[in-house]
Amino acid sequence: MAAADDLAFHEFEEATNLLAETPDAATTSRSDQLTSLGHVAVAAGTGSSYGAEDEVESDKTALLQAEKPQPGFWTFSYYQSFFDVDTSQVLDRIKGALLPRPGHNFVRHHLRNRPDLYGPFWICATLAFVLAVTGNLTLVLAQRRDPSIHYSPQFHKVTMAGITIYCYAWLVPLVLWGFLRWRQGVQERVDPYSFLETVCVYGYSLFIFIPMVVLWLIPVPWLQWLFGALALALSTAGLVLTLWPVIREDTRLVAVALLSTVVLLHALLAMGCKISLLSSISSSRCLWSRWHLQPK
Amino acid sequence: MRSRSREFDSSTLNESVQNTIMRDLKAVGKKFMHVLYPRKSNTLLRDWDLWGPLILCVTLALMLQRGSVDSEKDGGPQFAEVFVIVWFGAVTITLNSKLLGGNISFFQSLCVLGYCILPLTVAMLICRLVLLAEPGPINFMVRLFVVIVMFAWSIVASTAFLADSQPPNRKALAVYPVFLFYFVISWMILTFTPQ
Repeated sequence: MAAADDLAFHEFEEATNLLAETPDAATTSRSDQLTSLGHVAVAAGTGSSYGAEDEVESDKTALLQAEKPQPGFWTFSYYQSFFDVDTSQVLDRIKGALLPRPGHNFVRHHLRNRPDLYGPFWICATLAFVLAVTGNLTLVLAQRRDPSIHYSPQFHKVTMAGITIYCYAWLVPLVLWGFLRWRQGVQERVDPYSFLETVCVYGYSLFIFIPMVVLWLIPVPWLQWLFGALALALSTAGLVLTLWPVIREDTRLVAVALLSTVVLLHALLAMGCKISLLSSISSSRCLWSRWHLQPK
Repeated sequence: MRSRSREFDSSTLNESVQNTIMRDLKAVGKKFMHVLYPRKSNTLLRDWDLWGPLILCVTLALMLQRGSVDSEKDGGPQFAEVFVIVWFGAVTITLNSKLLGGNISFFQSLCVLGYCILPLTVAMLICRLVLLAEPGPINFMVRLFVVIVMFAWSIVASTAFLADSQPPNRKALAVYPVFLFYFVISWMILTFTPQ
């Protein structure tokens, strides 16, 4: 009896030691003794229900990544590694960016150390074209209501929208990444995200702007403000929740300044989209009057 | 013993210019037929050429360009803008497809994407004819219908050729940029207004 008790207690202690070492591990241990502590199962995670699967999968991917050597950046397969996603994975990442949840960090939970460039690139392209098309449609609808507005395709909007959106989605993450790296040098803390992960976060967070811009076709002003505020809130919530674990240990001033800059820039982009839609009407109106009311 | 290719070469060197041109034109025409009646076949992929896409792109750009007398900022696209959109769009989609792991070569993909602009060029011709009539909502409805039908035709034709080159769990990722590409071209055709 004493031997059985010793064995059971020892096993339990070993489990707690292991748990103390790796706090994110899931341990199961079962003693086949007749004691009442028959089955000891400890599952600790970030509060998610599938913490065990996370651990197994990240172990597997870490192993796979350690096995193959990284190809040089001048080879095609280097860039192919950034497009190594399936349709279901892209859709899952979009869903994760659309509906941010406080427990789920987008980078750790959805990206899982495999950032892709497909999502950011094509979401930016879609947003640029949707902005141009919606600007055109706004003009058509405005002309229906007010026949004095002259319709014209306004093709230069595509170029401007494209350049603005691509610059935002690539330069702002670059600056953010550089800043976080610099702060990591100043204060030791949790490892920051890589550049591609930051680009991914920003790229996927822009997805909500696409339906927002389409819904702005409805010519009811308070509804437009409502949609804009809702989309902006969701998008910046995703960004803030992703950045919070990284700058949590920094000084209060730096953290607040960084988060408010991120939110402000995002809000500026949303305002820019709204202004580009409004300006299509006003510019065509004044151009029409200039061309057609001048004495010939 | 001379190789077959050398026999072939000397025979095409001696033929008349008309024969050479007619052979190329027939190849282009055969591919146009394959696009208009899309079936799963390898002809477009096997003997790719870029003459067809060039002819189609130049025709489309010529018809879409705005006149030079009206204001520069507020019109439709210029010739160069259409050209750049078509060719850079096709190159981007091809790169995307290759990066996703597709087993289609660069020029084969460019060939397919270029040839599948044929329905949209036909739509442009029809729209220009329809615009000669008096403007109004019926005019717009007819043009909208024609452009939508030709847009769907382009998508069906290009996916018939391109879909097999991707693994099945990434097909949607490779097809979506094609959809966006033809959507943008259809939009340019639909919003074309003569001055």
